[in-house]
Amino acid sequence: MGSLLQVLFDALSLGSLYALGALGIALIFGVMRLVNFAHGDVIAACVFALLWPSVDAVAIIFAGNLPWYLLVPFVLAIGAALSVACEALVFRRFRRANPATMMIASFALGFVIRYFLLMLFSSRPKSISLLPALSQPVEILGARIPLLQLITIAVTMAVLFGLTAFLRRTRFGLEMRAAAENFTMARMLGVRANRVIMGAFALSGALAAAIALILGSQTGTANIMMGASVMLMAFIATVIGGMGSLAGAVLAGFLLGAVATVMQVILPPDARAFRDAFVYGAVILVLIFRPQGLLSARGTRERV
Amino acid sequence: MSLLALSNVSVRYGRLVAVRGITFSLGEGEILFITGPNGAGKSSLLRAIAGVTPPSGGRIDFADHDITGRAPEDIARFGLAMVPEGRDVFGGLTVEENLMVGTGMHSATRGWKARAATELEAVYATFPVLKDRRHAQAGLLSGGQQQMLVIGRALMTNPRLVAIDEPSLGLAPNITDQVYERLIALLAMRKLTLLIVEQSSTRAMMVGGRMMLMRGGEILLDGDARALGQSEAMQAAYFGYGEP
Repeated sequence: MGSLLQVLFDALSLGSLYALGALGIALIFGVMRLVNFAHGDVIAACVFALLWPSVDAVAIIFAGNLPWYLLVPFVLAIGAALSVACEALVFRRFRRANPATMMIASFALGFVIRYFLLMLFSSRPKSISLLPALSQPVEILGARIPLLQLITIAVTMAVLFGLTAFLRRTRFGLEMRAAAENFTMARMLGVRANRVIMGAFALSGALAAAIALILGSQTGTANIMMGASVMLMAFIATVIGGMGSLAGAVLAGFLLGAVATVMQVILPPDARAFRDAFVYGAVILVLIFRPQGLLSARGTRERV
Repeated sequence: MSLLALSNVSVRYGRLVAVRGITFSLGEGEILFITGPNGAGKSSLLRAIAGVTPPSGGRIDFADHDITGRAPEDIARFGLAMVPEGRDVFGGLTVEENLMVGTGMHSATRGWKARAATELEAVYATFPVLKDRRHAQAGLLSGGQQQMLVIGRALMTNPRLVAIDEPSLGLAPNITDQVYERLIALLAMRKLTLLIVEQSSTRAMMVGGRMMLMRGGEILLDGDARALGQSEAMQAAYFGYGEP
């Protein structure tokens, strides 16, 4: 019972991370058909925003020493601001370009962010202790679950409910959903293109920051490559969820987390090192049988 | 004083010229039908007016603003409501959400919520079927219902000019009759100017008003719909034989 519960919480917390990442990608894809590969580097940048620039092995904690009620909003704001800056400085110039061009631009931007971090902090992973109180385990029905896992799951649920309420209940949310389905039509109804796209980038950046906080507390290190692996899984989640479908992205994120966790348990010990290969194999199978994704989004068809 | 004035407007897509230097003006309260065969440039003209495809040359004035090259969302704010070809409903949104999208642009003005609510009731009064299905996903409506939805959605923006591209496209004739019946009733009720693009001139002749015939990106004829419809020149221009 205890170990089963352990697996369940592992799956949920890993899935949460992927779901948050997938959501950040799907939001932007929805409004501007951009697959933003710089998303992972925004995550890394948010972690490094807690440190003071130095190339030493020992991290000089800067904002990371703030109490959590200041730390969390600070990191979220950094993520949102960085993401909006990416839009204003780079992606806005590519609004009318085709999706492949935009995707390449996002790769390039990702590299710029990554090498900027490299310049300031060096490529050595630095150990940080972010929100150390969260690593204590909690006993639930005989299973020892790290508090951080519970918080990760709770935060993700809160984000999902909050985002759903925002999209369904507010005027700006309605405009965003309309724009995601048919951008041109939404504009002809007076929806401001720049505001909607900025809003999507701000939300996506805040989601990246949430991932940064979770990853930073979980691993206890800051590494300029740390966003990349989450980004890859999150991207896969948006693809198998159905590009642009927010619900699909979340569902697929959790599914991937579950598959990865379960494989970790059931694979023979010798094969565990190749877990990701099995996960990607499962992804290929999904795409062979459902190439449009689990929940295909409306409005993914070519725009006029 | 004209509401909409185009002077020497051209539209090109790369090397292809869709609209060649068109000039006309439309007064407040007029009904204008733009007819013409496939590929005449009718839809391109509408897209240029709405700001979706900026004109490659010329000037467009609407409601005392020079709107040449302005963004669609700005032009919408001046009072142009566009109903594009193919009934672009937001399929995943409910009927009521579809109707509400266009009211947001007036949110800076005082009392817009109350006005939007009144407007919503007015649209429901005109199209009762939309009220019955207000919480249904718009993508699940029939073609005729979707056409009514997009017209209702345009009216919700409190427009001065409604431009409709092929309202009868893909609809059964009796449904088209219904759509036109409502449109004409609307005209009587509120102060609207209508610009309707149709491939055939039959509707224009039934409804009356002004008619322009386009072919090859140019205006060939411009005049009273009923008089033009019966003329030899119309037949000639339409089918492309002789000199109109």
